[in-house]
Amino acid sequence: MDDFLAARSQMALSLGFHIIYACIGMVMPFFMAVSHYKWLRTNDEVYKNITKAWSKGVAIFFATGAVSGTMLSFELGLLWPKFMEHAGPIFGMPFSLEGTAFFIEAIALGFFLYGWNKLNKWFHWFTGVVVGVSGLASGILVVAANAWMNSPAGFDFVDGKYLNIDPIAAMFNKAWFTQALHMCLAAFTATGFAVAGVHALMILRKQNPDFHYKAFKIAAVFATVCAVLQPISGDLSAKDVAQRQPAKLAAMEALYTTQKPAPLLVGGIVDEKNKKVTHAIEIPGALSFLAHGNFKAEVKGLDQIPADEQPPVAITHYAFQIMVGIGTLLMLISLGYFILLLRKKSILDRKWLLKLFVLAIPLGYIALEAGWVVTEVGRQPWIIYGIMKTRDAVTPMPGIAWSFYLFSAIYASLNVIVIFLLYRQIKMVPVLYNQHKFSSSVKAN
Amino acid sequence: MEYVIITFLCLAILLYFLLGGADFGAGIIELFTSQKNRSKTRKTMSQAIGPVWEANHMWLIIAVVILFVAFPKIYTTMSVYLHIPLAIMLIGIIARGTAFVFRHYDAVKDKMQEVYNKIFIYSSFITPLFLGIIAGSVISGKIDSEANNFADAYVYGWLNWFSIAVGLFTVALCGFLAAIYLIGESEELVEQQRFIKKAEFMNVAAVIFGAMVFTAAYFEDVPLYKWVFQNQIGLSAVILASLSLILLWFLLLKGKTKILRILAGFQVTMILVAISFAHFPNFIQLKNGSALSLFDAIAPFKTVQALGWALVLGSFLILPFLGYLFYKFQQKEE
Ligand code: HDD
Ligand code: HEM
Ligand code: HEM
Repeated sequence: MDDFLAARSQMALSLGFHIIYACIGMVMPFFMAVSHYKWLRTNDEVYKNITKAWSKGVAIFFATGAVSGTMLSFELGLLWPKFMEHAGPIFGMPFSLEGTAFFIEAIALGFFLYGWNKLNKWFHWFTGVVVGVSGLASGILVVAANAWMNSPAGFDFVDGKYLNIDPIAAMFNKAWFTQALHMCLAAFTATGFAVAGVHALMILRKQNPDFHYKAFKIAAVFATVCAVLQPISGDLSAKDVAQRQPAKLAAMEALYTTQKPAPLLVGGIVDEKNKKVTHAIEIPGALSFLAHGNFKAEVKGLDQIPADEQPPVAITHYAFQIMVGIGTLLMLISLGYFILLLRKKSILDRKWLLKLFVLAIPLGYIALEAGWVVTEVGRQPWIIYGIMKTRDAVTPMPGIAWSFYLFSAIYASLNVIVIFLLYRQIKMVPVLYNQHKFSSSVKAN
Repeated sequence: MEYVIITFLCLAILLYFLLGGADFGAGIIELFTSQKNRSKTRKTMSQAIGPVWEANHMWLIIAVVILFVAFPKIYTTMSVYLHIPLAIMLIGIIARGTAFVFRHYDAVKDKMQEVYNKIFIYSSFITPLFLGIIAGSVISGKIDSEANNFADAYVYGWLNWFSIAVGLFTVALCGFLAAIYLIGESEELVEQQRFIKKAEFMNVAAVIFGAMVFTAAYFEDVPLYKWVFQNQIGLSAVILASLSLILLWFLLLKGKTKILRILAGFQVTMILVAISFAHFPNFIQLKNGSALSLFDAIAPFKTVQALGWALVLGSFLILPFLGYLFYKFQQKEE
């Protein structure tokens, strides 16, 4: 494998790994805080058990998130030294604030995990909330750093020199808000559906239904609300991309020629050699509307982008299709759930909906990874959009392929172990938390 | 503001060395504990470091972030020429961090525990070893930024006797810190005796490896002797370190256990001062005789300003909270 490709793959692998753990570490504390709150208010032991069961899972994910994050902060330099040499002082602001947020998160987590029966109960609850809030803050900050790579700001680029650096302006670049909003929603959607799905599975298997139903409900409410907001925020992102990165938009839509009005393609097979798409369903004018809010507007195609500045089209297009497809599906499931809630019907009588939730366990995460592929691969060949090419940023050290193989093996085994541990946690739920009262409260809800 | 940032950088490195080091040391002690006593040691240890575990490792992140925001040239030089040891250290960090949590949270306690334990103790050894190797290479002047073959550029910069000796010395210091810390944490006399033995053992190891560092420095032409002994601050730091060591063993005989950790921390701080003061503010010494200094390699004004404020405000948020965490979990469980 060529070193440049290896470096890109290793970066993608590490980030793709970290993001899953980071999202769980970021979102689960909120679920826990809700269930913890219900316990403190109602004294219903089940909520206490849910909180405790979740907190064990979170500790596992948190530690894995933390070590993979530590890895990343070194990897930026190990793989992209030329990039960091210039970018560090410019986009470093969010990272330094993030450091503070992480620290608070780590401290609060120490209190939360080890503070049962030792702290005032509301202070204990509060530390759990702090874990969530600071996790979310760090997520937003690090996305702001990524947004800067898509939409550089806060410096003047003169004769290859980076002058008049202003890290605050760099942090509040044009892309940060849409990206951070979409990312936060994605984190809640993906984690919410995964958690709700696991509990739905247990309900279907009739194991501790009381426990699992209460847990399901907390996760499902978060997940469904965010899944409905997700496409709206995605539309904002798309309009934003059309403004600042026309090449990325063209690649997302596999739009080889500039068109006015431009159709939206659904599905389709990209033929990169002959620069065309076959077997796609075309919705006339829809792309013009999505990108510019007007059915007649012109949308720039790849023909207007110099050949050496075009991102890989097929990957970006497929990834975008996957994200939007899953996004639509999750939105429909959510709407179905809302209708049930409005009609005050219990989901326990709707096996098919529970089954859909089970099906959705991995979907949110697949959409999330696909979304990042759109953003990151769609930015190629630039590492700092319009300023520095990725190829010029890579480390001079040869042999990165070996490092890529090694880290792939490490991440793969970590994934296996975490899944194994989680499986054991869930298997132990009946033993640890069986209250011997499959109570009537299940139906009452 | 430069001074604020440099102070924070030094502080973060020092605290990582002391707190993270003690934490690595706990695993090293486990490695040198006989099979039959391990589970007891492990229990004391996990009670002692569990709650502060995440926080201790944050100091590394803070140091790295300060480096890449404010001293990008230093950060990138290290990441290019010390790529291999950094990668090994990272693998150590990953393995250790996950194994520690996995063994604590595995719902079923079976043979897997042994696997986590093995990973934990070996990575507790490897990680500080490579941290030490990296530290040794940074100051040794062996990094060759003009080399034109793989081995000279990416291997011999860190694979040399001096760096390895510093690595072993670091391991011994971590073990020493942990043993002293655990003496104050153990509740039974037998166990306390065992940790005192370990502290003695690590102390002897540190002296031997320390001597090795000087010997290696002599053969590898690292002017360590000059830095430490021909410089007033360096010399006084060494004297203070030795005095505090004597005091430490004296107090131990008297049965005072909690104050020991302050002395041990002080001692390690003095050792770091002795080694680094003479070439401060130079952070990396290169083979061609030039050096990257904290003052010259610093980022532009506005970045320094913003980072400085972030650090100061951040510490107002963090320190009280962190202090309370340490305080709260010092109180023994009933
Ligand atoms: C649960 C995950 C999820 C779901 C259901 C969706 N997205 Fe998404 N999307 C992400 C998760 C995500 C992401 C992983 O979070 C990204 C990557 C970078 C970012 O900021 O968010 C992203 C990026 C991203 C971008 C690129 C932004 C940029 O490069 O700055 C666009 C245009 C969209 N999305 C649009 C959509 C639309 C129209 C959706 C409609 C259904 C949608 N997304 C659903
Ligand atoms: C966690 C979610 C993220 C995922 C899944 C992700 C995914 C990817 C992928 C797939 C690539 C390879 C693109 C290619 O070379 O074709 C990449 C590259 C990269 N990403 Fe991200 N990314 C994420 C977030 C971030 C963030 C927050 C940052 C920085 C602040 C970042 C910085 C980089 C850098 C420096 C590269 C290498 C240069 C490049 O290929 O352009 N990424 N990422
Ligand atoms: C979109 C991308 C990212 C998001 C949303 C994100 C979010 C998070 C969150 C919430 C945590 C807390 C740990 C946990 O809960 O498991 C975390 C940990 C961490 N992340 Fe990321 N991260 C992203 C990408 C990155 C990148 C690109 C870097 C480095 C350059 C990074 C560095 C770290 C570090 C150092 C930690 C460990 C901090 C600790 O010990 O708590 N992250 N990340």
